[in-house]
Amino acid sequence: MKYLPLLWRNLMRRKARTLFTFLSVAVAFFLFGLLMAVKNGFEAGIEIAGQDRLLTIHKVSIIQLLPLRYLEQIRAVPGVAAATHSTWFGGVYQDPKNFFPQIAVEPEELLDLYPEYIVPSEQRQRWVATRTGAIVGRKLAERFGWQVGDRIPIQPTFWRPQDGDGDTYEFDLVGLYEGATPDVDETQLFFHHDYLMERVGDMGQVGWYVVSVADPERADEVAQAIDGLFANSPAETKTTTEKAFMQGFAQQVGNTGALLMAIVAVVFFVILLIAGNTMAQAVRERTAEVGVLKTLGFTGPTVLGLVLGESLLLVGGAAGLGLILIWLAVPGLRPLVETFLPVFYVPARSLALGASLAVALGLASGGLPAWLAMRLEIVEALRRR
Amino acid sequence: MRWMRQTAAVTLMNLKSLPRRWGSALVAVVGFAGVVAVFVAVLSIAEGFEQVMGTVGSESTALVLRGGSDSEMSSGLTLEQTRIVKQAPGVRRESGEPVASAELFVIVDVPKRSTGTAANVPLRGVEPGAFLVRPEVEIVEGRRFREGRNEVIVGTAAASQFAGLELGNRLRWGEATWEVVGLFEAGGGVHESEIWTDARVLQPAYRRGATFQSVYTALESPESFQAFKDALTADPRLEVDVTRESEYLAAQSRVLRSLVGVLGNLIAALMAVGATFGALNTMYSAVAARGREIATLRALGFQGGPVVVSVLAESLFLALVGGLVGGALAWAAANGYQTATMNWQTFSQVAFSLRVTPALLVGGLGYALLMGLLGGLFPAVRAARLPVVSGLRQR
Amino acid sequence: MSEALARVEAVHKVYRRGAETVDVLNGLDLEVATGEFLALMGPSGSGKTTLLNLLGGLDRPTSGRVVVGGQDLGRASGRELARWRARHVGFVFQFYNLLPVLTAERNVELPLLLTRLKRSERRRRARTALEIVGLADRASHYPSQLSGGQEQRVGIARAIVNDPTVILADEPTGDLDRATGGEILDLLVALNERHGKTVVMVTHDPLAADRATRVLHLDKGVLAEASE
Repeated sequence: MKYLPLLWRNLMRRKARTLFTFLSVAVAFFLFGLLMAVKNGFEAGIEIAGQDRLLTIHKVSIIQLLPLRYLEQIRAVPGVAAATHSTWFGGVYQDPKNFFPQIAVEPEELLDLYPEYIVPSEQRQRWVATRTGAIVGRKLAERFGWQVGDRIPIQPTFWRPQDGDGDTYEFDLVGLYEGATPDVDETQLFFHHDYLMERVGDMGQVGWYVVSVADPERADEVAQAIDGLFANSPAETKTTTEKAFMQGFAQQVGNTGALLMAIVAVVFFVILLIAGNTMAQAVRERTAEVGVLKTLGFTGPTVLGLVLGESLLLVGGAAGLGLILIWLAVPGLRPLVETFLPVFYVPARSLALGASLAVALGLASGGLPAWLAMRLEIVEALRRR
Repeated sequence: MRWMRQTAAVTLMNLKSLPRRWGSALVAVVGFAGVVAVFVAVLSIAEGFEQVMGTVGSESTALVLRGGSDSEMSSGLTLEQTRIVKQAPGVRRESGEPVASAELFVIVDVPKRSTGTAANVPLRGVEPGAFLVRPEVEIVEGRRFREGRNEVIVGTAAASQFAGLELGNRLRWGEATWEVVGLFEAGGGVHESEIWTDARVLQPAYRRGATFQSVYTALESPESFQAFKDALTADPRLEVDVTRESEYLAAQSRVLRSLVGVLGNLIAALMAVGATFGALNTMYSAVAARGREIATLRALGFQGGPVVVSVLAESLFLALVGGLVGGALAWAAANGYQTATMNWQTFSQVAFSLRVTPALLVGGLGYALLMGLLGGLFPAVRAARLPVVSGLRQR
Repeated sequence: MSEALARVEAVHKVYRRGAETVDVLNGLDLEVATGEFLALMGPSGSGKTTLLNLLGGLDRPTSGRVVVGGQDLGRASGRELARWRARHVGFVFQFYNLLPVLTAERNVELPLLLTRLKRSERRRRARTALEIVGLADRASHYPSQLSGGQEQRVGIARAIVNDPTVILADEPTGDLDRATGGEILDLLVALNERHGKTVVMVTHDPLAADRATRVLHLDKGVLAEASE
């Protein structure tokens, strides 16, 4: 601590150089935070997917519908704790650009199976009781300025009403859900499957089943038992854990994680060189001073510590600023990316990773100059005038 | 003229002294190279995707979907409707028959080669007219499927990205088994990511009865589109959307293009800020290191202008080298890299190769030069303003 | 004179410059008594500064022994030497060697950072040292704001702030005009006489050497003659 003024004064010796290095490091960490927020957005679904939940989809592809009568058969499979069904609606609100998921469900079963969707109990009751009722995520409501009590008109794409009552679905917004964690997608709309069937004429079909298992250890066994039930039928099924499904889905988008990490690697390599160069210059021009310090009785390790302390102060301060700025900026950036990335924030673990990277970067950039300073022969150093 | 000579002399002297300051210069070069590499590599994704979505879409091909559908996936047309569409004015005819194809568009789960995880691969049921509407489709191995048989042909991009689509393989989807009898190319376009079969075989397999999802028609000329569209929209028996195929595909690539474009530019801009600071650092220390030299030149009667230009020239030179290195790196690492992504509108996979185009490289180089200019400007002005006397006294 | 503070016995010092070797000191013997002011004179390359560096534990002899205050400097580790210097030696340099980023007071305080003293105590001692050299009113000035003579006073204050056993000065007046140099010498003499500090000073200025209690001449790595 007593060396802090010396470290500070040394950094301030060449203000322009320190400032530029500081800013480039701060920008790098701002970018790091941004990329981590994007990466987390792509992977959030995998992160929160319950290990004890299975998804049963049509074996040929997820767009094929499954018979509703499978539900009771699935519930009877040993090891199944609960099961419900969901159906993709795929409608358009005002403009195709306003994309968000609309899913037809059994309200009570959905909320029981997904405890991470938190709905006030009075809204939940009203939803269950309202055939045309829908609930939406908090962020979706914010995006379109919806209030509970609004009527939301949605144009169908697949599900054309056959009841002669117009082409549009009108949903009564009876409640909002919030995610139990920030990784929960808060941009979906859920409504009654019964209402969908009423409009299109009951076809006895659903999109997929969600199954919760009593014992997550036996999830694979249960999945095989379910698929076995429907083997060699016209609609064979494929059951996987929700996590595996989400992972597969993320893979379909592409290997975004690797791409983002490659960018992060390039950014840090460049910044390491910039900061390392600054420290090397700083130490080189102070060679004689290092000699003086050693003459006064500063040991090699102390001198090493002083140089490392200086680079840690520079890089650490800049990294801190960069991370704080991205943390503050993310809420403002959210509307720009919400359609692609419903979950967009800098996770705490990324901030922690950023902090450790800052320390590593500080040590790496100061390392060589510090080592040279430690090894510097006093007599050599004093001669350099 | 004298000014030019002075400038040339000072600049040359600068560049010759570069090797003595190689550490700092290298940092600037690497900084520029990093920015350009990331910029070019990220945008090559959008270029590659666009290439696939844009090459085939023909001006004189029209696509008819049910009204209100945003893609083939959510559309639906009856056999009767498709017949009316084919007979509309503006459709090209060969030997008296309209050149058109009513088609089905579904997806099947096929594992990705790279990860082994299931991917949504488009399976298109076509009529014989499909090969006339899309003359670019060409069998490169095997043969076409025979009508009425459970046979498929596979686009070359799909065959390379997804597992088990080799010639001769049998695939089991639902209750039926399908044989791969041919591989086809489609001029590098989006159909190369697809699997094709006879629409009349696909209909019962997917319980579609006699319905279709889209009709592709060849037009007499690009200009006959309007007449064709007007005729269909005016027809009371139909409720359809009519678009040119080129516009339909362009609309489909818009989401990915904007996502990659926004991200790529944002990342590159932020990196550029960082690298510009790095360059400023390098140039300031170069000016500081040569303060005495510059002062000597000024004392000898050299003007400020040539000094400014020489510092800028050095910075631009470093930027040029960095930009070339970065562009070359991006080209080596990304160009031709094959991958596939989700086309959100059709909920299915599109295989494509990253493309580092000359325009991208020029853009990247321009970016580097801009950074070099910014990074050199302030140090250059400082150098010219340096008081001669104190500069000379510098140790 | 009382007992020897430092004893140099049969010291050789050989430097290697690429392929060729340079013999700087050739079997030199020397005793420095506690409380004396010793001046070392001699032409450039005679080994004055090398001898001073050996006495200060900045360098080690190639052979022979250097014992200062009972400590065999040739056998001590780099870490032990550093700690020993911090406690027992005060250095004064020809070019002052102040850190340009620190004020006079902070420069003087520097050696005290190596002790366990509290901040307030470090400040107090730095002030006292500056008072001794007559620069209390320049405490918050930076080296660039001081004259050469003032800088050297700060250098001396830094050398005495840890109350060292010996002050080693390498051409302390070499960069100063005659009048200012005289003031610096007055200060060293005062430290020697009034505060009882042992001083070893390297110089090539006979007038400076005259102020010492003993003068030794070095030539080609050995003591040429002794005079009182």
